[in-house]
Amino acid sequence: MSLIDIDGVCKNYTIEGDRELTVIDHIDLSIREGEFVSIIGPSGCGKSTLLHMIGGFVPSTAGEIRVGGAAVHSPGPDRGIVFQHFALFPWKTVLGNVEYGLAERGIGKLERRDTAQSFIDMVKLSGFENTYPNRLSGGMQQRVAIARMLACEPSILLMDEPFGALDAQTRKILQEELRELWQRFRKTVVFVTHDVREAVFLSQRVVVMSARPGRIKTIVETGLGPDASRAAIDEKADELWDLLRDEVVRTLDEERRGL
Amino acid sequence: MSKALRIPIFYLPIFAILILWELAARLGLLNPSIFPSLTDTLVAFVRLAEKSHLLAHAWLSLFRQSSGFFLAAVFGIVSGILMAESRTVRNILEPLLRATFPLPKSALIPLFILWLGIGDSAKVAAVFLGCLLPIVVSTFNAARGINKQLVWSAWSLGTPKWLIPWKVVLPAALPEIMSGLRIALALSFTLMVSAEFLIGQRGLGYLISTLGEDGDYAGMFAAVLAVTVLGFAADRLFLWLNDHLLAWRE
Repeated sequence: MSLIDIDGVCKNYTIEGDRELTVIDHIDLSIREGEFVSIIGPSGCGKSTLLHMIGGFVPSTAGEIRVGGAAVHSPGPDRGIVFQHFALFPWKTVLGNVEYGLAERGIGKLERRDTAQSFIDMVKLSGFENTYPNRLSGGMQQRVAIARMLACEPSILLMDEPFGALDAQTRKILQEELRELWQRFRKTVVFVTHDVREAVFLSQRVVVMSARPGRIKTIVETGLGPDASRAAIDEKADELWDLLRDEVVRTLDEERRGL
Repeated sequence: MSKALRIPIFYLPIFAILILWELAARLGLLNPSIFPSLTDTLVAFVRLAEKSHLLAHAWLSLFRQSSGFFLAAVFGIVSGILMAESRTVRNILEPLLRATFPLPKSALIPLFILWLGIGDSAKVAAVFLGCLLPIVVSTFNAARGINKQLVWSAWSLGTPKWLIPWKVVLPAALPEIMSGLRIALALSFTLMVSAEFLIGQRGLGYLISTLGEDGDYAGMFAAVLAVTVLGFAADRLFLWLNDHLLAWRE
């Protein structure tokens, strides 16, 4: 049964006063409960915009997005989000950040602290509870953001290029940790990324989007499972890259013309 | 360098000027009738404190300055945040800000005296208005420039939309707001003294102008010194507060 239904969704922006720019053109997509779906596409294809629309931060111009059968109009506690640049509250400590959503839900101080602590332990940040975000590395900050999201126990995790700002080594570790978390909790994940291999490594299905206006070019079942060999991942990633390459080239050509 | 030494060394140029001042007066380089020496000024300071209620004048000035400043801080921060959050508020306030920004607020003091009388309210109003603009402008710019994704994060974590300006935008904008407040704090002393120059029977500004008119230049210097010390102390207090409120930036 599908948990997220994206039904004929379009997004136009008005730029320079009157010109209409179509960012997303008629997307249909269903995501099952417990599924890990990645969205890849060239920059500017609207993949982040689509994620923001599922989150309820940005309204669609046409079409409808439903989560659990109900149309999405605003953000809700059922959908957690993490961003590429972490978006932690810099004036709050690690503990304060992770407790934030629990406090907004009216959960009492002691229970809040216990819950937050268990999620801080889960993302391996024990000992950093009272540290402010700007004293942490990028990888640690993103762990805090993940803990902050998980503490509210959303059923859907929206991840907007979450590892895009991290160095290659940290990124690899966090990819492994995210996969472990997902195998443990089987939450529904919608994961936007530039990184084809990351998409193959993490997800069960990969949605490949076309250059702007963003449409679904194809959907590839990856689902290689936790024991997949490096060779199998590389092979699948190469296959996906072949699909994506034309779109990236087309985007670069258009950018050149635009200049 | 040890911390105990750093502060005296930082202020070394000030001590140098004070010593030069005293030397110049002693050596007769300054006309003593219009340029009293440092020691004469300090003697006058003690005399004013004992006989002319210097402390009472200072308290009153400080009351006027701080009331105006705090009112401006509250109104300025609230309206700056509202301007950033609401197009309607922005459309109403932005033209007013642009039109009044270059206006020297001290030019309005005579009007305030006309409308509010010669008591405290005209002086508080002058300080308030002068401080308001830099606070509104810095708050507005800071609130407009914050990371949109902080707002989205709070929204998705369950903060109601109407609370986001106060729970997220305000703390995120605080570093820039604080620098606007510091400029306003310095302005508040200027306006307090200017307003007191013009009219009234009390306050440090009154003391400076009346002692000057009486030809008591050592006394006048002592009153100026009192304003300087107050302004300096207020600024140090502000910086201390700033460091505590923004400890998370370190």
